[in-house]
Amino acid sequence: MSQTTVSTWEEFMEGVWRQNPVFVMVLGMCPVLAVTVSGINALSMGVATAFVLVCSCGLISLLRKMIPKEVRIATYIVIIATFVTVVDYVIQAVSLALYDALGAFIQLIVVNCIILGRAEAHASKTPPLPAMTNALGMGIGFTIGLLALGCVREILGAGTLFGVSLFGTGFQPWVVMVLPPGGFFVLGAWLLVFAAWERRKQRKFAAQGGGVQHV
Amino acid sequence: MSDATQILPDMTPATAMIRTLGLIAAICGLIIVAAYQGTYSAVQENKRIAVERAVFKVVPAAKSIVEYFALADGELRKVGAGEMVPVGAVKFYAGYDEAGKLAGIAAEGAAKGYSDFVRILFSWDPVKNQVTGFSVVASRETPGIGDKITVDKDFLANFPLEAKPDGKALAHEIRTVKHGSKTNPWEIDAIAGATITSRAVGKAINDTAQMLLPRLAPHLEELKEKP
Repeated sequence: MSQTTVSTWEEFMEGVWRQNPVFVMVLGMCPVLAVTVSGINALSMGVATAFVLVCSCGLISLLRKMIPKEVRIATYIVIIATFVTVVDYVIQAVSLALYDALGAFIQLIVVNCIILGRAEAHASKTPPLPAMTNALGMGIGFTIGLLALGCVREILGAGTLFGVSLFGTGFQPWVVMVLPPGGFFVLGAWLLVFAAWERRKQRKFAAQGGGVQHV
Repeated sequence: MSDATQILPDMTPATAMIRTLGLIAAICGLIIVAAYQGTYSAVQENKRIAVERAVFKVVPAAKSIVEYFALADGELRKVGAGEMVPVGAVKFYAGYDEAGKLAGIAAEGAAKGYSDFVRILFSWDPVKNQVTGFSVVASRETPGIGDKITVDKDFLANFPLEAKPDGKALAHEIRTVKHGSKTNPWEIDAIAGATITSRAVGKAINDTAQMLLPRLAPHLEELKEKP
């Protein structure tokens, strides 16, 4: 029983931390760089992607035994596109301003490699519960990645966080941060932080006599 | 059976593939239709509120709006639910105050800016023959430069702007001039450093006004009271 609990937790944490899609696998960079001009955009995009991930992985896992391998890619794309369409309608129903802000990137979730990658590498081989748990972890990990960029870019580039002014009227925004180059600067900085963290962890592990740790 | 037509034992039969694809298409179809119907009324309501808010912003005295098409043959017609703009027609919004009197006309215009098309909604006062102001519907102009069109005091001081229909066109073309060289009431003084976006605003207003205002002029009496 406890073994199952641990494995479900590990399944979940794989995407959140160990194999984080943004900072470790560096996947789905198109929305990561393009929509993270504000915290709310990043959060909405993350939640939308997580919803598509969980639903499509759940359905693919449920139907995995009856999907012939010859038509699996076509099937996965149809299923993913279905849930993207659902998200598209839901966002329009919730807020048109948000829908305009995210623009074509909602529809582009269809071609997000994290989702097709999860479907092919995980959901097609595992039962629905672990597949959805893993997908949820990946979705949350992706949302954390987007938020890490979105919050920093909004604070530096607009002086606000989730629309709330932080520095008053005297603040001169660092406009480049909300422009496309800002996405690369902030992503680069975050990758540097994660790489430094990883190196420190490895050194510590080696000092304890564990040799080289493979992650 | 020849070698060419021999089916390998591990090959999936075509019927199985078609059956699976058909089943998945049916499931996905159901999900999409359910999502569309479930969100339809909320989406339409959101769109209506968005249009109302945008019009109320440029015609502050308005309390209700009526959507019209100014058709290519010069006639006006109310917009039906979900109706697309007919060829050659211009869509406009008549804003009415609490008493049901015409408070102003609003219409959309679009022109190429620095990054993409700048879409704006401008208001026209048919009594004074003036464009009284505008708001941005969609723009991807550079933050801190092109997006100053909505906050720059000198730029906003260009309004009201003369826009008088004369025959089949405007008496004077609305155009954006270089910063500091505005001499006529139908000219827009560009923002220094954001000339391309300023020009886009002028062109967007002019393009729509040249088509719409001459068609409106003969029908102003019938627009005066809310139908």
